[in-house]
Amino acid sequence: MSGANAIEAVELRKSYGEDVQALDGLSFSVPAGTVFGLLGPNGAGKSTTVKVLTTLAHPDGGSARVAGFDVLGEPARVRESIGVVSQAGGLDQEATGRENLRLQGQVFGMGGKDLERRIEELLAQFGLADAGNRLVREYSGGMRRRLDVAQALVHEPRVLFLDEPTTGLDPEVRAEMWEEIGRLAGAGLTVLLTTHYLEEADRLAAQLAIVDKGRVVAEGSPDELKRELRGDAIHVELGGDAEEAAVREALARVDGLDQIIYGEDRTLHARAEDGARTVPAVLAALDGAHLEVGSVTVARPSLDDVYLRFAGRTFGAAEADEREQPAQRKGAHR
Amino acid sequence: MKALRDTRHMTVRHLMALWRQPWWIAVSLVQPVIWLLLFGALFKSVTDIPGFGSSNYIQFLAPGVVVMTAFFGAGWTGMPVIDDINRGVIDRFLVSPVRRGSLISGRLASSALTTAIQSVIIVVLALIVGASFANSVPGVVVLIVVSVLLGSAFGCLSIGLALLVRREETLIATVQFLLLPLSFISVTFMQKSLMPDWMQSVAKFNPLNWAVEAGRGAVTPSPDWGAIAGKTGLLVAFLCLCGVFAVRAFRTYQRTV
Repeated sequence: MSGANAIEAVELRKSYGEDVQALDGLSFSVPAGTVFGLLGPNGAGKSTTVKVLTTLAHPDGGSARVAGFDVLGEPARVRESIGVVSQAGGLDQEATGRENLRLQGQVFGMGGKDLERRIEELLAQFGLADAGNRLVREYSGGMRRRLDVAQALVHEPRVLFLDEPTTGLDPEVRAEMWEEIGRLAGAGLTVLLTTHYLEEADRLAAQLAIVDKGRVVAEGSPDELKRELRGDAIHVELGGDAEEAAVREALARVDGLDQIIYGEDRTLHARAEDGARTVPAVLAALDGAHLEVGSVTVARPSLDDVYLRFAGRTFGAAEADEREQPAQRKGAHR
Repeated sequence: MKALRDTRHMTVRHLMALWRQPWWIAVSLVQPVIWLLLFGALFKSVTDIPGFGSSNYIQFLAPGVVVMTAFFGAGWTGMPVIDDINRGVIDRFLVSPVRRGSLISGRLASSALTTAIQSVIIVVLALIVGASFANSVPGVVVLIVVSVLLGSAFGCLSIGLALLVRREETLIATVQFLLLPLSFISVTFMQKSLMPDWMQSVAKFNPLNWAVEAGRGAVTPSPDWGAIAGKTGLLVAFLCLCGVFAVRAFRTYQRTV
């Protein structure tokens, strides 16, 4: 095992009852100090993975190391090294924000002035300084989520698990959470993020594993994964009376451009390995042939396209499948 | 040491939650008062039944109300556990280094403390309305100890059940089912010799009855300390059994997460 990885999961298996194979040989590793995303629809096995890696659930097979400790052999050491934000959150609604943070610190053996200082620091960091003495029951959804994250950070863990941190938040609050998570990543913390929002994975994770039916079906950076779909889409709207033959002749000299389609609406569609680099050459070639350009857009393939390619179904269809067959294991959560 | 510290932290958490519910505090203080005065007035004339022995019914009833209050309160110990499960609080603690036992012992400790406070209040009130407690402080201490033992045992059962069924409706139904029969198949309201024979036999196996007999015995003049010790021993054994059940239920919960 390499020492540079903060998380290593090898061939994890877990089933619930006879019907639900939650993990089916899932493997991935996360280099220390990076944000790693597990992307997949509900029911793909993301939450089960988090439960196994955080010592909450026992896998049926496979092994895992977190922060250098064996999840099965040294669970106590793992627990000391991790912070966890679960889907349900786990806050005590009948206690204040400050009390929640204090209790969390106390079970990690903290206390006295150090703990109180740390609590103040976190309340300020997460914009809860004025709400610290209010009951969590009175918090808004966004405030609770911020307190969830603050609570997971009290003891300064080395690895942070965020299980669907923005599910159920409205878009504005979600954007705020993204900024918070982005800041944490800069501070040397290793973050494992699970999400079923393509945009969230794209925005936050340096590396991604796409999970489907308990297995990793694709792995890489969001951009790498998207590049595997044979490049970017380039759309050029041409003005005037550009002839197809002239356009094709002009573009024949541009490297790395294929699948050229020139439609009747005088719009040119093509795919390029790297759209951003190819566009200047395309523009130069068209300009050289005295063809007038109206507009240019470069569309990167979305993670939805990636998911379609690797899982064999669209993300939306996978989510719908899951809704039709709600898994038993969700029962424990609200 | 860590186990004790964690238990203390959890106890503080539960007590704070109770402290923030003024209605709960009001009701749990008023309820035993009502029992004492209501049942005391309602059954006043049973002391006229030949063979009842005691002539002051409030005095006869007061130790029973102390035990019953502990028993009724303990039955609901599992309710906030279900809330904790649903809100992910238990899971949050399970991924921390907290001692697992403190998740149960913290609840028991906070309920023991509230039971003790309620007991003292009932005793004081009973004194005001004309009861007297023999053996003064040691007698009352024994009464409180057996109440706490009984409360802790049923607290374990309630917590264990909560962890297994995880539904408030099921827990409420089960607790409701047990509360009144166990209270009435005991010497709480009636002298043993005046109960039907079959009820006397059943009462021998009723932990609530053990607690009432031991508690009432301890505040009666010239108590039979041997019998009281025997009943207390039975309560300790029952508590251990219930403790094992709660721990096993907890392990079952962990396996199904």
